[in-house]
Amino acid sequence: MSEVLVVVDHVDGAVKKPTYELLTIAKRLGEPSAVYIGPADKASEVTDKVKKYGAEKVYVVDDAQLKGYLVAPKAEALAQLVEKASPAAILIPSSAEGKEIGGRLSIKLQSGLITDAVDVQPGDGGAPVTTQSVFAGNFTVQAKVTQGTPIITVKPNSAAPEESEGAGAVEEFTPTISDTAKTAQIVAAQPRQATGRPELTEAAIVVSGGRGTGGNFEPIEALADALGAAVGASRAAVDSGWMPHTFQVGQTGKTVSPQLYVANGISGAIQHRAGMQTSKTIVAVNKDEEAPMFELVDFGVVGDLHTVLPAATEEINKRKG
Amino acid sequence: MNIVVCVKYVPDATADRQFESDNTVDRVGVDGLLSELDEYGVEQSLQIKEKAGDDTTVTALCVGPEKALDAVRKALQMGADKGVHVIDDAIAGSDAAATSLVLAKAIEKIGAETPVDLVVGGLASTDAGMSVVPAMLAERLGLPQVTLASVVEFQGDQVRIKRDGDTATEVIGGTMPLVLSVTDQSGEARYPSFKGIMAAKKKPLETWSLSDLGVEADQVGLAAAWTEVVDTAARPPRTAGEIVKDEDGSGATALAEFLASKKFI
Repeated sequence: MSEVLVVVDHVDGAVKKPTYELLTIAKRLGEPSAVYIGPADKASEVTDKVKKYGAEKVYVVDDAQLKGYLVAPKAEALAQLVEKASPAAILIPSSAEGKEIGGRLSIKLQSGLITDAVDVQPGDGGAPVTTQSVFAGNFTVQAKVTQGTPIITVKPNSAAPEESEGAGAVEEFTPTISDTAKTAQIVAAQPRQATGRPELTEAAIVVSGGRGTGGNFEPIEALADALGAAVGASRAAVDSGWMPHTFQVGQTGKTVSPQLYVANGISGAIQHRAGMQTSKTIVAVNKDEEAPMFELVDFGVVGDLHTVLPAATEEINKRKG
Repeated sequence: MNIVVCVKYVPDATADRQFESDNTVDRVGVDGLLSELDEYGVEQSLQIKEKAGDDTTVTALCVGPEKALDAVRKALQMGADKGVHVIDDAIAGSDAAATSLVLAKAIEKIGAETPVDLVVGGLASTDAGMSVVPAMLAERLGLPQVTLASVVEFQGDQVRIKRDGDTATEVIGGTMPLVLSVTDQSGEARYPSFKGIMAAKKKPLETWSLSDLGVEADQVGLAAAWTEVVDTAARPPRTAGEIVKDEDGSGATALAEFLASKKFI
């Protein structure tokens, strides 16, 4: 069986959940090999984690000479690793950085790139067939790579992580990074403040607020905390300055696909729907019974979110005991 | 400064978007327009020109079928100085990699006399939405990429941007020439003025084919794509859900009841 490379999604060595989803997908396609590009002193910690989800090999790329630059050095490192390992496919988390790494890698390797897959399954002969959700979630597309090594970026929540012990054999890999790859410099980085809530794109439940909040997100946040959910916002709420852009769900914000999406005071413009339409269960609370959001819902309440949400939150907390 | 802004002609997102029988996007049967997110690229290009002075040229570059000229025209109306439309039957069905090849060759041709300092793109197209062409262009042209900017600043040949990265708010710096992409956070795109619309009619507009760019027909198009769409299907409409009216707190109870029935509590 051929190796399938999985680029580990992490922040300073702290492995994020999409990594385990990608490893689970990789196991369907071949032998998962995790590729960890990060601080070398965190490598053993990372290895312990990824081998629990089936990583047979762990390539450790010390990022000492890569960090501080945007995208290009990582793409160069991965291209060299692909030449060495000849994998059956490369799976990359579908973050902004992941997609751009994929773009550069695609040209370097003269290989097809598929982005934002929501499912990947082995097709004829084992080659990956991807599922994507397009046109604001109105169409489902199946695609495959026809040239080179398939490069696939996969969205969070695309598979349920399955534990399965892998060998986790560590192999250090030292790429040669060219000077031309070191031309876009990260001058400063301000890590996002932890909210104490799940990350928006990875959360199983998302509670969002829009124009109807009038700028008061307290009822949204209280319901989110009762449900263990992430908080999201519509573009209207972000443009009004009520919430930072990083909370925006929609075409120009985050695309989410949680088990449950609760839209509060959000009318449901196509740009917002594009970011949440594939959620498994959709609930809406809105004063306007004509709001297009109600066309999507499994359950809707026509009412004022400022009274409905606090009462619902109290009821939920009571039921939880 | 020589700026090239890439603009894409896309099917209107509010129209009934469809696929052709060969699984490519229907770009002819549906009304199209300049991709909304590329307007921000045009806007930032114009703002840079306004700051940098009169010897700056902004060229709007578009690859696409006949109607795609509308996208170039819109950019000219907004204030771009020149337009280039690359049109060739062989391009139909091209994937992102082939599109980036055609764009890269066109950018090289635009820069034949005065080298291009800045290649500008948007956050993503509103049809395919891959968000990878700026990175592919940077790779093909051997340039730095400074992407997904919400704020753009420059001084001399130095560019600095602010952006919402995946895990941090970042400041990215690079030296021109480079590829820049901007998001919808970078500032509202201007509407063409009446004067701008009239002036656009007299602006230079070139139409190039693949042979003008030295690209072979078999390097692009559906047959040369590195990926293949094997199936497209309209998502089945969601089954109508239950909608209740809140009366004296009944909505909250019903909501909690629904969430409990689905085991979310």
